[in-house]
Amino acid sequence: MSKQPKPPKPDELAKSIEYKTPETQWMETPVKFKPGMWCYGSRPKYLEEVGMPNPREWSPADDDWKLPENWKEIVLDGMKDRLGKYRTFKLFMDICVRCGACADKCHFYIGSGDPKNMPVLRAELMRSVYRKYFTTGGKLFGKTAGARELTEDVIKEWWYYYYQCTECRRCSVFCPYGIDTAEITIMGRELTNLLGLQTDWIGGPVANCYHKGNHLGLEPHTIQSNIEMMCDDIEEITGIRIEPTFNRKGAEILFVTPSGDLFGLPGIYTCMGYLMLFHELGLDYTWSTYASEGGNFGFFTSNEMAKRLHYKIYAEAKRLGVKWILGGECGHMWRLVHQYLNTWWGPPDFLEVPKSPITGTVFENAKSTKMVHVTEFTADLIKHGKIKLDPSRNDHLKITFHDSCNTSRGMGIFEEPRYIIKHVARHFYEMPENTIREKTFCCGSGSGLNAGENMELRMRGGFPRANAVRYVHEKYGVNMLANICAIDRAALPTLMQYWVPEVDVCGVHELVGNALVMTGEKKRTMDLRLEPLPGMEDEEEEE
Amino acid sequence: MGALLSFGAVVVLLLIPAIGAGALKLHSLFGVVIPYLAVIVFLVGLINRVIGWGKVPVPFKIPTTCGQQKSLPWIKHSRLESPATGGEVFLRMVLEVLFFRSLFRNLRTEKAPGDRVVYGSSKWLWVAGLAFHYSFLIVFLRHLRFFKQPTPKIIGIIESFDGFLQIGSPHLLVTGLVLFGAVFYLFLRRIFVPQVRYISLPADYFPLFLIMAIAGTGMLMRYFLRVDIIKVKELTMGLATFHPKVPEGISVIFYIHLFLVSTLFAYFPFSKMVHLGGVFLSPTRNLANNTRMVHHPNPWNYPVKVHTYEEYEEEFRDKMIAAGIPVEKQPEPREEEQPTEESEGKE
Repeated sequence: MSKQPKPPKPDELAKSIEYKTPETQWMETPVKFKPGMWCYGSRPKYLEEVGMPNPREWSPADDDWKLPENWKEIVLDGMKDRLGKYRTFKLFMDICVRCGACADKCHFYIGSGDPKNMPVLRAELMRSVYRKYFTTGGKLFGKTAGARELTEDVIKEWWYYYYQCTECRRCSVFCPYGIDTAEITIMGRELTNLLGLQTDWIGGPVANCYHKGNHLGLEPHTIQSNIEMMCDDIEEITGIRIEPTFNRKGAEILFVTPSGDLFGLPGIYTCMGYLMLFHELGLDYTWSTYASEGGNFGFFTSNEMAKRLHYKIYAEAKRLGVKWILGGECGHMWRLVHQYLNTWWGPPDFLEVPKSPITGTVFENAKSTKMVHVTEFTADLIKHGKIKLDPSRNDHLKITFHDSCNTSRGMGIFEEPRYIIKHVARHFYEMPENTIREKTFCCGSGSGLNAGENMELRMRGGFPRANAVRYVHEKYGVNMLANICAIDRAALPTLMQYWVPEVDVCGVHELVGNALVMTGEKKRTMDLRLEPLPGMEDEEEEE
Repeated sequence: MGALLSFGAVVVLLLIPAIGAGALKLHSLFGVVIPYLAVIVFLVGLINRVIGWGKVPVPFKIPTTCGQQKSLPWIKHSRLESPATGGEVFLRMVLEVLFFRSLFRNLRTEKAPGDRVVYGSSKWLWVAGLAFHYSFLIVFLRHLRFFKQPTPKIIGIIESFDGFLQIGSPHLLVTGLVLFGAVFYLFLRRIFVPQVRYISLPADYFPLFLIMAIAGTGMLMRYFLRVDIIKVKELTMGLATFHPKVPEGISVIFYIHLFLVSTLFAYFPFSKMVHLGGVFLSPTRNLANNTRMVHHPNPWNYPVKVHTYEEYEEEFRDKMIAAGIPVEKQPEPREEEQPTEESEGKE
């Protein structure tokens, strides 16, 4: 595999962004694979482990992608099949008027200036082929009708640009017909996956998740020991020993969170927040080592793979006999739990309508899927005054909140996390209104693009988000970027290091863990990162 | 390039009736046969198109949520941007279809000094879009006077509003000018905004030129060339009552206008203009954000291969037992392998 270069320096990168169009028409402008803008091809073993087609060693940098003999037939049959299965796909191929309202709404376009990153053109890459093979006008008039032949170069162009889209749906907010590029990118990835064109960064987690239950491939005993290590830290901070349970039958609640929370910083601080909160409440809940992944890289592969991976959640809830499911902070996990899970595997009639055992609140909004978002759960606790909070413990933080794409535009959870932050901390500042809520910008690394080799792509895609963070950093001294997404927690620290190094990243429940006053705790001198709390700098070494 | 091609096509479309109805006097062809054919193509084509879309299932309920979900009772739910019921979806669609809600959000992204990006308000596309569609609608309604005898009162009222400026005789109707102006703006935008020019196809310029030509010939007829309106109505009433007749002495400009309109009708179902029907079916807009409350079935949901808990425990049983994690099956004294990867699914 060719080594990919480091991205240029931030100011050079920023200067290189120009919103210009090339001299040649887009169909006559061949795709150029720029270093640092694409991910490695998947190792064959990952495809073999889940039975995906055409496993082989290949690199996107090679001329020969070792496609199957009948690749064209596979793709065209695949398109035909999907045009008959997804109304979005068919409709969005037909009704675009190319008004251009979406053009400058994409973070990859804003950060790269590459016109094929305008959502409308990203879709035209596919539409041009659709017209050629599926419409009379395209068959008769060819290029005049905006149609073009499907060639290997077109496949490469698809692959390059459908892995420069994070399926964030920002363009679909502005489109007068609601055309959602995510739907087209999803199809683009499904079709190229029929040819074995998976990326390594997605293929690995998919194979891991299928067999071991989570993207990171953590085995049962490792999950347990990771969480126990967090409990050690919690004991050091609070003096309280927490004993969570795993795969316990008869628990009231199954807790499912992305495995990113179990491994790596700053995800584990968020996880410590959950552990402390649930312990303080005396919640009758269990972890599962089998359903140990809320996220789903299958969604970045194909609908079928996503469904295969998300089978475990309900299956495990049924096996353990829990009443309902609580879900941790994650972006695409919640897009899927909210909009797909129940359709794939539901309705889960063996579960009960979720009811908070602490407040008695019945979560009517989850009465069919039976899965509650942890910020819904915690916001309800705070509203009913069921937990004691000392927000001054977060006084060293000036916080802003990053709405994750999936929870924003595929769910609509805006107020719950903000309500929590405002109760567990005292310094909260919003980023400019055109960069938050439904208009939020992606971290630039979603939908399986958070690899190492495509760093320039990630830094470009994250530029609009970082730009807004820099604004509140300069204006209010913001130093903490809170979010409710595991990919954000993995990707934003790198982005901040690059663009706004003064700002750190945390999950909302890390802030909860800091502020939570626990029964019988010792005097807190450290936050969850084992750093001294404000005013406690001298007491650090006391014990 | 695309613009020139489309312009040329519209010039040809102007010449066809000019020669056919003007020089060759094929009045029945251009006055009756072609308009009938065009309307049939329009109706059949559009219905086919909508049925075609309608037949494709909506496997997942995937509204684009642009506001707070309905969750806890004390959190203010955004009914219009994140509708949870059918009624709320209806209201969202009303805003979308009648007021172009999403386009109203439009922003302009620009690079600013200091390597920053800024987002400014950008409503001109929305204004021009509304002006274009509504003036076209009113012009269309006004023309119903040619297909109904006596002219319905409501059309008279529309016309009197339309002519409120009371300039000239016959009164200048504002919507015709607005229609022409709005389409011209949309054209200029395609030419002068580099990004929009870059994405534009001949199929984007053609309807603009065609509609400009339709509005242009219409105004020419009304204000300058003055066709014999009585005879025109005789012809159109004949069409409307299915007793077509072609009075002598209608000037060729009318046939040109009618031919262009016929072209628009016939072209409509095969063009991007089908968004008229498509917007109602868009799953990101016309579905409720209540997927956790109401089960949404996928008609083609099929069983998939999964990795069961039993298979998982089989692989990790020893490690689980060593870690004190409960298992379903205690290991037997003699180890035996039971690879049981089987397909499991749910309809």
